[in-house]
Amino acid sequence: MQPSPIRDLTVGLFVLAGLAAIAYLSVQVGGLQGERGFHLYATFDQIGGLRPRAPVVISGVQVGQVSSIELDENLRARVNMDVDPKLELPVDTMASIMTEGVLGNKFLALEPGAEDELLKDGEEIAFTENAVLLERLIGKFVNDAGLDEE
Amino acid sequence: MRLPAIERLGFKSQLFVDSLGGFAIFTLNVVRCAALPPFRFRRFVDEVFDAGVLSLSIVCLSGFAVGAVLGLQGYDTLVRFGAEANVGAVVGLSLVKELGPVLTALLVIGRAGSATAAQIATMVTTEQLDGLRMMSIDPVDFVVGPKALALLVVMPLLTALFIIFALAGGYLVGVMLLGLHGGTYFASLESAITFADDIVPSLSKTLVFGALVGFIATFRGYTSEPTSSGVSAATTGTVVTASVCVLLFDYVITALWGI
Repeated sequence: MQPSPIRDLTVGLFVLAGLAAIAYLSVQVGGLQGERGFHLYATFDQIGGLRPRAPVVISGVQVGQVSSIELDENLRARVNMDVDPKLELPVDTMASIMTEGVLGNKFLALEPGAEDELLKDGEEIAFTENAVLLERLIGKFVNDAGLDEE
Repeated sequence: MRLPAIERLGFKSQLFVDSLGGFAIFTLNVVRCAALPPFRFRRFVDEVFDAGVLSLSIVCLSGFAVGAVLGLQGYDTLVRFGAEANVGAVVGLSLVKELGPVLTALLVIGRAGSATAAQIATMVTTEQLDGLRMMSIDPVDFVVGPKALALLVVMPLLTALFIIFALAGGYLVGVMLLGLHGGTYFASLESAITFADDIVPSLSKTLVFGALVGFIATFRGYTSEPTSSGVSAATTGTVVTASVCVLLFDYVITALWGI
């Protein structure tokens, strides 16, 4: 087979396109990212259905994502998150687990506080609000209704 | 007393085990030739052209069609539960985890695997491989190795392109045809798929499939009868054996490692 520059060029372009596709799938779709941003964590008694890669939002604007969730030594849920390093979050920022709509995905909402002191990389968000479990609410509601009747 | 049926079964079993052993030796031989110099880079590039570039159109077109139909079916099913916002997750997960690797492997078997087997089998029939041996060139090193390696390398690249085109097909149907919000499609897609749990296993699968197709196609061609019916048997055998192996291995990999 004769060497042909056009053939070689198409092979090169093909390999590049394939590698670009793999990179796109890994970084954009798969969410692969190097160590960057600002790491914070928060501890919850109940995280409901919060999953890694869930969005972290402030006033509904996404500023980061949940990087991992683990059980800490006190058997509470420790949620690690990466947020935008440009943010200046006061130490009394509150983290709550919310739901998009009634049955939607869970996400983590941050509500900045009023202190002058700022959270630093790797610190804990001390004020947290647990996920509200719909089935518990319903159970409580049914219970209360039953008690009232008696 | 003769038991012809049982005798025949025993003979067939011996043949089967014999060919399995032959396949293992052949595989090791190909790996040895690919790992040790001389590296046939020129030959490898030509084979990547045949296996990869020429498969590109069929892979992209099929990917687009598969993604479009997944979007349509996913939307139809999910809209009954009011969960049509999750079309992106349905399309993306099924593509990345199963349909992308398996369908691309089947397409490559039909397009490039059969051609590889037919080409090597024809070289066996026309004694070209014997000609190479006469010139003390190892045909496994010169012909078989680059072909098998090219199929192995090409498979993940084609699969990734297949998935990209399928996601575009799903986007076209879901967003432009059925009126989903584009951001919803990508948000549900991106939150459903993770690099470590979905993309890496998917790529490992494609490497296994690429190795399977490469070794089976070259083995069937290399060991074909030197007749015209031998060439056709090698081609058919490649398509059948490789397709079945890909589907079986897919099940085994998924069951063992849950990916």
